[in-house]
Amino acid sequence: MAKPNKDTLLDWYRQMVLIRRFEERCAELYQEGLIGGFLHLYIGQEATGVGAVAALRPDDHVITAYRDHGIALARGMDVNRVMAEMLGKRTGVSGGKGGSMHLADRALNMWGGYGIVGGHLPLAAGIALKIQYMGEDSVVLALMGDGATNIGYFHEALNLSAVWKLPVVWLIENNQYGMGTAVERASGAKELVRRALAYSSEDGSGMKMGPRIDGMDVLAVYEAVSEAVEYARHNGPILLESLTYRLEGHSMGDPQRYRTKEEVEAYVKGGPIERFRNYLTETYTGIVKTLDRIDAEVLQTIDEAVAFARNSEDPTYEDLISHVYVD
Amino acid sequence: MADRPITYREALSAALREEMQRDERVFIMGEEVGVWGGTYAVTRGFLDEFGAKRVRDTPISEMVIVGAAVGAAMAGLRPVAELMTINFAFVAMDAIVNHMAKVRYMFNGQFTVPMVVRTTTGGGKQLGATHSHAPEVVFAHFPGYYVAVPGTAYDAKGMLKAAIRDDNPVLFVEHSTMLQRRSPVPDDPDFVLPIGKSDIKRQGRDVTIVTYQKGLEYSLIAAEELAKEGIEAEIIDLRWLRPLDLEPVFESFKKTNRCVVVEESLPMFNVGAEVAAQIQQECFDWMDAPVKRVAAMDIPLPYAREIEQMALPSPEKIIRAVKEVV
Ligand SMILES: Cc1ncc(C[n+]2csc(CCOP(=O)(O)OP(=O)(O)O)c2C)c(N)n1
Ligand SMILES: [Mg+2]
Repeated sequence: MAKPNKDTLLDWYRQMVLIRRFEERCAELYQEGLIGGFLHLYIGQEATGVGAVAALRPDDHVITAYRDHGIALARGMDVNRVMAEMLGKRTGVSGGKGGSMHLADRALNMWGGYGIVGGHLPLAAGIALKIQYMGEDSVVLALMGDGATNIGYFHEALNLSAVWKLPVVWLIENNQYGMGTAVERASGAKELVRRALAYSSEDGSGMKMGPRIDGMDVLAVYEAVSEAVEYARHNGPILLESLTYRLEGHSMGDPQRYRTKEEVEAYVKGGPIERFRNYLTETYTGIVKTLDRIDAEVLQTIDEAVAFARNSEDPTYEDLISHVYVD
Repeated sequence: MADRPITYREALSAALREEMQRDERVFIMGEEVGVWGGTYAVTRGFLDEFGAKRVRDTPISEMVIVGAAVGAAMAGLRPVAELMTINFAFVAMDAIVNHMAKVRYMFNGQFTVPMVVRTTTGGGKQLGATHSHAPEVVFAHFPGYYVAVPGTAYDAKGMLKAAIRDDNPVLFVEHSTMLQRRSPVPDDPDFVLPIGKSDIKRQGRDVTIVTYQKGLEYSLIAAEELAKEGIEAEIIDLRWLRPLDLEPVFESFKKTNRCVVVEESLPMFNVGAEVAAQIQQECFDWMDAPVKRVAAMDIPLPYAREIEQMALPSPEKIIRAVKEVV
């Protein structure tokens, strides 16, 4: 694992702030009626997405669920085109046909966000099968919510990956709720990573049970996922759990009757960006100016992205009917 | 090369073998495809011939059989995933309908999904209610993939090869009671039939019968009986439910002015409903009688042979239906 240098850390900081500001702007655009449908914000989970994706090589692969903006941006997808997708424009990453939940960029091995809970987990296994079949040495990072561990897809995909020794890092983003249902109200195993035991044997074969990570600490996430990626590259599948928190509602217009304001406030204080900023200022003297500059640059990036999206064309009838089949 | 009479099962095996020999990226995955040799013995000997990398036994996990095939296809392989029978495809419905069918569209053409899901359909074998569906029509409701329903050995081979070579996903539905049917089939490894082309299996001037698979078999029997009474049926084998090729049906109807649709699926929202609707759109001025539909009864299928057969289409039922319209 490469120890991140200062430039790398600053880049992670930039990514985390970019995600946060992107999400805040999306919420505004949703209120204005410019974004429609479901909008699931990544606010609070930035350290998990940025730390995990940073552990990948360019030829590695990533796939996730519908709460996908953070992963898309962390993987380096074009901010303008991601924002254009939010606004349903033809310049969007999915031509305006996917929307917030379905961001993909084939060229970056970002295989998409998926709206059916757990539906992408078998796809991750399939992508890993191709890697193994072709004798390549890349890995697939498959992220999912805590809620996704309760659907049959999870069991089938993880079990198959263990039987076939597929190079997959299964990463549960445990943000403690699936919509309004707290983990312990939905799962027999409160420590979700223990699910790995169901697909592992006493002799150590099968799925490896990885650690439960402090998902609010980007460095901890990076370290744990880096180790997991190397493990998967050489040995087969591993399951990890990142303990994080969704600071906003499940999607826009969630009255959040399932948790208290106090609970949320406590997490806001320990939020991942604040924590990382504190770490940086404590570690590098005189870095505050740089961080402030990054903050300002990010705001400009977001403004430009919104302008780009607003000025983009709507999809056409041709777009509507294209790509149902390969012609 | 001369055409050789082989069985529907041999035709399927030959198609798979030839395509696997032709393209390294083609592989098979599913329950009992390897060590067992295939539930219907279509892949017998394949494990020895191609090895465990390309002939992959899976756990009983329909959702991931289809879903992993989708991922592998998106990534550049050409999986032939097998679902033991179409009854178990319901378990994989989401993987088929929401993923196999849609990842291309949803991501605006960034992904291609060159895969085949092979499965078997059909009732009439005393397997009881959960194992006797012919529900391919349910799967034909959705755009984004093709649905093949071959009714002869010749079609089985040419269509399966076409399905494997095509860059679109295909649900390839084989009929479990027709595996022993024989017909002449070309040996030529490049014998491939076009996708989405129906086929006139019998010429006639008095009535158009639109059908596929088991319905085709019964309709050919019925037509011979009807011919003895001077009624000549034209039989059109759809071969594909998607793309659905009704041009030959319209052409035939404009000559016969009468149509009977025969299928093994349930009677509501089925192929007959679609064909009847399209005929009245396209051929209203040529209609001399209502389009008649022969299908299974609107009940789950029972075990006992006597009553199971009662619920299914038969040559007699087809003859009766034809006589009602001519
Ligand atoms: C199969 C399926 N069932 C239900 C839903 C509706 N739904 C969307 S998100 C969600 C909660 C999922 O929670 P989790 O996996 O923890 O992800 P998070 O939203 O917390 O990121 C539900 C129930 C769905 N999209 N798919
Ligand atoms: Mg959750």
